[in-house]
Amino acid sequence: MQTVKIVVTGPFSAGKTEFIQSVSEIDVVSTERKITSEAERIKATTTVAMDFGRITVGDDLVLYLFGTPGQRRFDFMWEILSEGMLGFIVLIDSTRPETFREGRSILETFKAYAPTPYVVAANKQDLSDAWDLDDMRIALRLQDHVKLLPCVATDKETVKMVLLELLYSVLAEMGEGE
Amino acid sequence: MALKGNLRDFTITQLLNLINLARKTGTLFVQGPTEKAQVSFQDGKLAYAHISGEDNFLATVLYRANKITAAQHRTIKTRAAKMSDKELGLLLINANYITQQDIIASLQAYFVSVVQRLFTWVEGIFYFENDVLPPNDKITTRVNLENIIIEGSRKMREWEHLQSEIPSLDMALKFTDRPGVNLRNVSLSVEEWRVVSYIDPKNTIRQIARTTQMNDLEIRRIVYGLLQAGLVELARPIGTAKLKFTVPGETKEEQKSLVNRLIGRIRTI
Ligand SMILES: Nc1nc2c(ncn2[C@@H]2O[C@H](COP(=O)(O)OP(=O)(O)OP(=O)(O)O)[C@@H](O)[C@H]2O)c(=O)[nH]1
Ligand SMILES: [Mg+2]
Repeated sequence: MQTVKIVVTGPFSAGKTEFIQSVSEIDVVSTERKITSEAERIKATTTVAMDFGRITVGDDLVLYLFGTPGQRRFDFMWEILSEGMLGFIVLIDSTRPETFREGRSILETFKAYAPTPYVVAANKQDLSDAWDLDDMRIALRLQDHVKLLPCVATDKETVKMVLLELLYSVLAEMGEGE
Repeated sequence: MALKGNLRDFTITQLLNLINLARKTGTLFVQGPTEKAQVSFQDGKLAYAHISGEDNFLATVLYRANKITAAQHRTIKTRAAKMSDKELGLLLINANYITQQDIIASLQAYFVSVVQRLFTWVEGIFYFENDVLPPNDKITTRVNLENIIIEGSRKMREWEHLQSEIPSLDMALKFTDRPGVNLRNVSLSVEEWRVVSYIDPKNTIRQIARTTQMNDLEIRRIVYGLLQAGLVELARPIGTAKLKFTVPGETKEEQKSLVNRLIGRIRTI
């Protein structure tokens, strides 16, 4: 049995748990806790440790999706999570520009951990105050070759699209290594 | 779609850059700590700017720019109070009081000065309304944003400098093992001591900042000082050795087939 993993990361409340839940065949094994810190109480629960989703490909192959905890005080987990990953996805809440800088910094940190392919997903594009992708690209200072994809974590189709784009990048990367 | 947020997180420099690069047309509304501003752009160029409550009547702008005298200013204000800026401008030009260039230059200088003031607002809710332009009777300009951004950025230069010196707060600090450096002989401030007491290759700068309750700028300032003094150096936090990117599989073909199977599976979800 072979297992591969993709890591879903991003700032606090970006939609990581939701994203994994949309495509996982098991209920996300999540370690949600009630939020105690006043500053971060924009929703009731947050992920501590990590989320964990599964997609079975065949008898011999399983894909795991790991979601990082959003709060930086758990970032000692990141390195452990990133070991051996196929690639990673940075989710950004398109409606909260105050998290863009953090998103960028998370991206840089993961890039430093592992030289795997990655994509950035502009989540919550269904909300009326979501930023445009072009604006987000500039704000996040993403170079043209970095994939920035529209996403609605609650909509399975867009989640699939993000995962597929990441896998296409993995294929492309392997091609280059030849 | 909406462009809105807080200057604390998305600075004026970043906003102007965005408006410039995306060649936006519309009005930026900023609610600062004590004042409210509105700044309009046409195709990414500064067209108009105003801080609420401030007298921005054309005559006043010209008077402040020394283009008309105090007496002229008074006269215009009493006699032509109901006149729009456009009407007044035409009148002054036709009466040979002043040239069109003078008017444009004075307004540009005024608008730029308003925007420059925004750079000092570190906090404030902003909102960009696409395609909204200033009132029709106002005279607009077309000022390139590049220079404004450069000038404004000087104010933020310290910050930028510190960020380039200390690019990542995810690095750790360790004491240099230079002979002869003894902390006891260095006079450190209270803040510096607080940081020094947490120096350990296991603690990232970010963790130290959290613990000592310093913001990014404060911690960077202190770390920069300590670095400059040669007391500490940046170190990779313990246990972050670089990993290699590998896809499971013996051969390239096996690896590709694995990724293709994943792709096929996800398509059918
Ligand atoms: N409208 C909308 N809401 C979303 C979307 N994705 C997530 N949400 C909501 O945003 C909130 C945060 O989503 P989570 O999935 O808990 O975010 P998270 O990144 O796991 O958060 P932490 O684990 O606390 O860092 C929840 O209320 C979600 O229902 C989306 O695409 N559109
Ligand atoms: Mg979560």
